[in-house]
Amino acid sequence: MSNFSREIERLLNIRKAITSLLKSRTSQAGIPIAIRVWGKNLFVNCVPPLLAIFGFFILCGVVLLIQGQSPLEFYSIILVSAFSSFDDFGYVLFNATPLIFTGLAVAIAYRSGLFNIGCEGQLYSAAFAAAWIGIHLNLPAFLLIPLCIVSAMIAGAGWSAIPGFLKARYGAHEVINTIMMNFIAFALMNYLATSVYQEPGQMIPQTSQIYEAARLPRLGSLLPILPHSNPLNLSFLFACACVVLCYIFLTYTRWGYELRLLGNAHDVAAYGGINPRAVTVWVMALSGAVAGLAGVAEVLGYRYRFLDNFSSGWGFTGIAVALLGRNNPFGIFAAAVLFGLLNKVALDIEILLEIRRGIFLAGQGVLIIWLVCTEGILRKRT
Amino acid sequence: MIFELIPSTLRMATPLGFASLAGIYSERSGVINLALEGMMLIGAFGYVVGTQLSGSTWIGLLVGIGFGVMFALLHAVATITFQAEQIVTGIAINILALGITEFLAPTPEQVGGLPHWKLPFIGTYNFLVYLLPILMVVSHILLFKTPWGLRLRAAGESTEALAAMSLSRSKWQYVGVLLSGVLAGIAGCFLASEVHYFTKGMTAGRGYLALAAVIFGNWRPLSGVAACCLFGFATALELANRWNIPVQLLHSLPYILTMVVLAGFVGKSRPPASLGKIES
Repeated sequence: MSNFSREIERLLNIRKAITSLLKSRTSQAGIPIAIRVWGKNLFVNCVPPLLAIFGFFILCGVVLLIQGQSPLEFYSIILVSAFSSFDDFGYVLFNATPLIFTGLAVAIAYRSGLFNIGCEGQLYSAAFAAAWIGIHLNLPAFLLIPLCIVSAMIAGAGWSAIPGFLKARYGAHEVINTIMMNFIAFALMNYLATSVYQEPGQMIPQTSQIYEAARLPRLGSLLPILPHSNPLNLSFLFACACVVLCYIFLTYTRWGYELRLLGNAHDVAAYGGINPRAVTVWVMALSGAVAGLAGVAEVLGYRYRFLDNFSSGWGFTGIAVALLGRNNPFGIFAAAVLFGLLNKVALDIEILLEIRRGIFLAGQGVLIIWLVCTEGILRKRT
Repeated sequence: MIFELIPSTLRMATPLGFASLAGIYSERSGVINLALEGMMLIGAFGYVVGTQLSGSTWIGLLVGIGFGVMFALLHAVATITFQAEQIVTGIAINILALGITEFLAPTPEQVGGLPHWKLPFIGTYNFLVYLLPILMVVSHILLFKTPWGLRLRAAGESTEALAAMSLSRSKWQYVGVLLSGVLAGIAGCFLASEVHYFTKGMTAGRGYLALAAVIFGNWRPLSGVAACCLFGFATALELANRWNIPVQLLHSLPYILTMVVLAGFVGKSRPPASLGKIES
């Protein structure tokens, strides 16, 4: 019995020693290590993008000053145009919706070390698939809408799985192939929208309208604060859900772990029993499926038909969004809203100040270059 | 029938040819160049603005090349000095070029074209059409038969080879990317000189098509330009539109062929070994 109590006492002493050791280490700077690491990450992740945004607006102001226009007027128009009413802000969120999807798509691929430059092609093929189902199947809404979304996701996934497969099986670089697939998609969709499924009696390269049942309701009809004319629709809520789901998927699931491990340490992943080829294919497919949702937002939520060339470079803006959001779903949401704001504001700037919207595009280019340069420098340091 | 298509094939293939040579210099030195599109666009813009301001097409050509080099320098500084992601930088430069040229859009005023030379048996073409085969052969000799070319290619093949010769890899990469800016600038000038106007986004994906030709030609000047002629022919067929083939199929043919070649179904695609690798 005494032997036993002595043993207990020994164990307790060891435990006390360990806790005091841990306490002394964590309390070095008065903050536990976990919080310090988290704080450093927060700093590294937030400061460059915030500086970039700040620099972007300063740069625009300087350019206008050189041109002999008032930057203050420019800033005030931005604020008024974006925030003066719920209606205006609704437009901002409406513009942000496709960018959330393409930004997430780029980020999913990027977290596993792949570049998906082909969001543009994926969202076109997905949009066409959604429109095709919406035009040809006359089903009740609760069946038709999910069917449209699923078929669009499959089309987007299929379009991006081809470069994924070519990468996994033949080692062909996915960047070149996704770009090539973009151009093939443009040509194919142009063919379908002008020669096969063109709306009868119309010169515009577009299909006929989808059934009423396939259309997503506008939020204006659900919320009293938004006017009915506001194009913000249910797809924005899908985008919000997608942000949360992507975060959970990347952070808490086995597949998300495999994906991130492949991106961070390719050899470790392969050694740890992850099949890099299989992961490459499904990551590209998933990325394409998410990009495809941007096409769904356009067809089911806004235009109710497939119009050739409807996207104004959303796939490419998605790269900027992912970069600015540091490939974090919540960061991407914020970045997409910022870019949505710029798109909304561009029109007012063009009309009121007679400044061409190219200034935002140019600023966007500078912003991306600045961000990748800071990333490169940070990588060099560590 | 085929002979009728030769003039338009040459006109389509020439800007692609210059741009693909541009791509070859950059990629052989190990820097992925997706910025060809933007460099061409800013080159075309420079040509139009330079010609409008000075009244001389030669000065326009110089300004176009200068703008191309400036953008190449931006790409070089970002990717080589700051070690930024080459693919993203390339796309950012394309976006930047599109934005700047839209923001500062020149007055829609017609500008003169570069001189056309009449050669016996061949016909009358822009003198750049004749310059392309010369540059192609010169590039081939430079890259594959001289020590200069060996060093440039060494920068793209192995991160250590140049260090072993106590040469700077980044210096050679700068050379490759800046040469790429010169050639892409010329390609843009040719486009603007042929249509006499600057229009928004007038390169219309030609930079990416030239990149496809680089891959199709296995990163070699002779076969790269040959690929451009093939792609130019496809475009000429598309414009002639005399058969019942959907134009979109002809349009996407170069891209499909490039994917097939890149996957190694036909021939062996062998990119420079350290293409896109960042020195640590």
